[in-house]
Amino acid sequence: MVGFVIQRLLQAGLVMAAMSVLVFVGVYAVGNPIDVLLSPNVDQITRLETIAAYGLDRPLWEQYLLFAGRLIHGDFGRSFIFGVPVLDLIFSRLPATLELTLAAVIAATLLGVPLGMYAGYRPDSTASRVIMGVSILGFSVPTFWVGLLLIFVFGVELQVLPAGQRGETATLFGIEWSFLTGNGLRHMLLPALNLSLFKLAMMIRLARAGTREVMFGDTVKFARAAGLRERTVLGRHVLKLIAIPIVTVFGLEFGSTLAFAVVTETIFSWPGVGKLIIDSIATLDRPVMVAYLVLVAFLFITINLVVDLTYAALDPRLRRGGAR
Amino acid sequence: MAGTPIADFWAEFRANRVAVVALAVVLLTVLATLAAPILVPQDPYDLANLTLRDARRPPGYVGTAGFTHVLGTDAQGRDLLSAIVYGLRISLGMGITAGCIAFAFGATVGAVSSFVGGRIETIAMRIVDLQLSFPAILLALVLAAVLGQGKTQLLIALVAAQYAYFARTAHGAATAERHKDYVEAALSTPLPARTVILRHIVPNCLPPLIVVATVQVANSIALEATLSFLGLGLPPTEPSLGMLIANGFQYLLSGRYWISIYPGVALIVLIVAINLVGDQVRDQLNPRLRR
Repeated sequence: MVGFVIQRLLQAGLVMAAMSVLVFVGVYAVGNPIDVLLSPNVDQITRLETIAAYGLDRPLWEQYLLFAGRLIHGDFGRSFIFGVPVLDLIFSRLPATLELTLAAVIAATLLGVPLGMYAGYRPDSTASRVIMGVSILGFSVPTFWVGLLLIFVFGVELQVLPAGQRGETATLFGIEWSFLTGNGLRHMLLPALNLSLFKLAMMIRLARAGTREVMFGDTVKFARAAGLRERTVLGRHVLKLIAIPIVTVFGLEFGSTLAFAVVTETIFSWPGVGKLIIDSIATLDRPVMVAYLVLVAFLFITINLVVDLTYAALDPRLRRGGAR
Repeated sequence: MAGTPIADFWAEFRANRVAVVALAVVLLTVLATLAAPILVPQDPYDLANLTLRDARRPPGYVGTAGFTHVLGTDAQGRDLLSAIVYGLRISLGMGITAGCIAFAFGATVGAVSSFVGGRIETIAMRIVDLQLSFPAILLALVLAAVLGQGKTQLLIALVAAQYAYFARTAHGAATAERHKDYVEAALSTPLPARTVILRHIVPNCLPPLIVVATVQVANSIALEATLSFLGLGLPPTEPSLGMLIANGFQYLLSGRYWISIYPGVALIVLIVAINLVGDQVRDQLNPRLRR
């Protein structure tokens, strides 16, 4: 087991290093950062001084090592646009993204699991067909389009919900949150719904497949034979049995929901990390781009590592298999 | 069942009316985009045709050029129906091109790594698995941001985000075929390994790959639209559906819905139709789902 853990840790480190090289080459070496830093009519001496100050006259591998050294110390540089350290900037935007993502994942679970269980319990009823139709749409229709429709219907035509921004916030633990005020919650409703649709479709499928399988099993037969009401059978026994895969996916999908948040935040002008990265791409704010990319890569590599190690702890066969 | 395998396949396909309608929609769209110049009332990107007097008119408005704008006009006074057909042409073209390249590249990676085996197989499949755990949209977003705007760059981003699905599928299928007798027999002849892979293994891996391909074409159209909507996709000279929707977005808030809603409807109909066809093909090709 120790060997396996060390092997996986090394692998994760290697992948992280490869990602940082990719990001470095992509963001720093393609194009000339000096053109972004300086206005075109600066004289040649200032230009050369700036190049030297940023170490851009050194060989590429040396620049990369400096870059990697700074990354390890958590120094991502300063944003060109906002003039503040990038890490501070990202952490100031993170709560908005986190509360939106959490609201979306929770909504998807609370809605998707009962709907999916019903569709699995009565697979041939009309309601189940409608539910499955919705889940197919949720999978195939792009997020940004649904967001647009939501804005149009609820924000423009019916004028019942705000179509952008975060609304009023309240402070808790020194951080601004929208979910603590009524106005903030109203602002959160549409973007959270938009972000949750894909997850909702997935939860419905998972719950349906699980329920269909469990319904034919002995647990349900015995529970029914014991004279339990159908509601109790479903709510107490079936739910428990289908919970494990749902919880796994819930955890795994949290990361990818962060990725989808980029789209939703842009449409609803939700001031989170996703909107920050899109804005920084548009304004060529390289340090912000680099920090976001490296942090996201780190997040996903960590999630994968944790999943691998958990599975290995649960299933001894995987430990001996090596890298297969 | 009588007849050739293709006739049988078609007979089974025809039984699902929804899939037939979806297939008709897809084929009609392809035809319409191919015949776009003769079908649409206006060349939407010839600036001489446009006048600002016609800008942002609702559906049904009769323009200065004398014909009716069935779906209205956009901010430059462009006939929206014409713009949508041209947009579909670009979106569909990008989706199919990206899908084909990803198919060829992914299938090669999968089949060859399965055939070669050993360390190369382990490393290649490890990379593929890693990519599969990374959401495709994020990967495409990162690449589009890093590579910059342009048609080639976008194609690279789309292919990189999608080839892993083909590689995984091809690897699984090729590994299953690898030890069957006909492959061993082919290998015992003096045929080069390349021929054995291409002539014998790959054709037998095709059914699952075709299923992946239909889904991935729909996905790359959606992905391209998303990236173009975010301003990271095609340059403004190549207005795909995603860009049309993005251009109309600012007018949506003032109630001029048609500028972005209609291109969106076209996009959704196309994506859903491709997915429905793909679902039916999958059901028919997957022996486990057969009743």
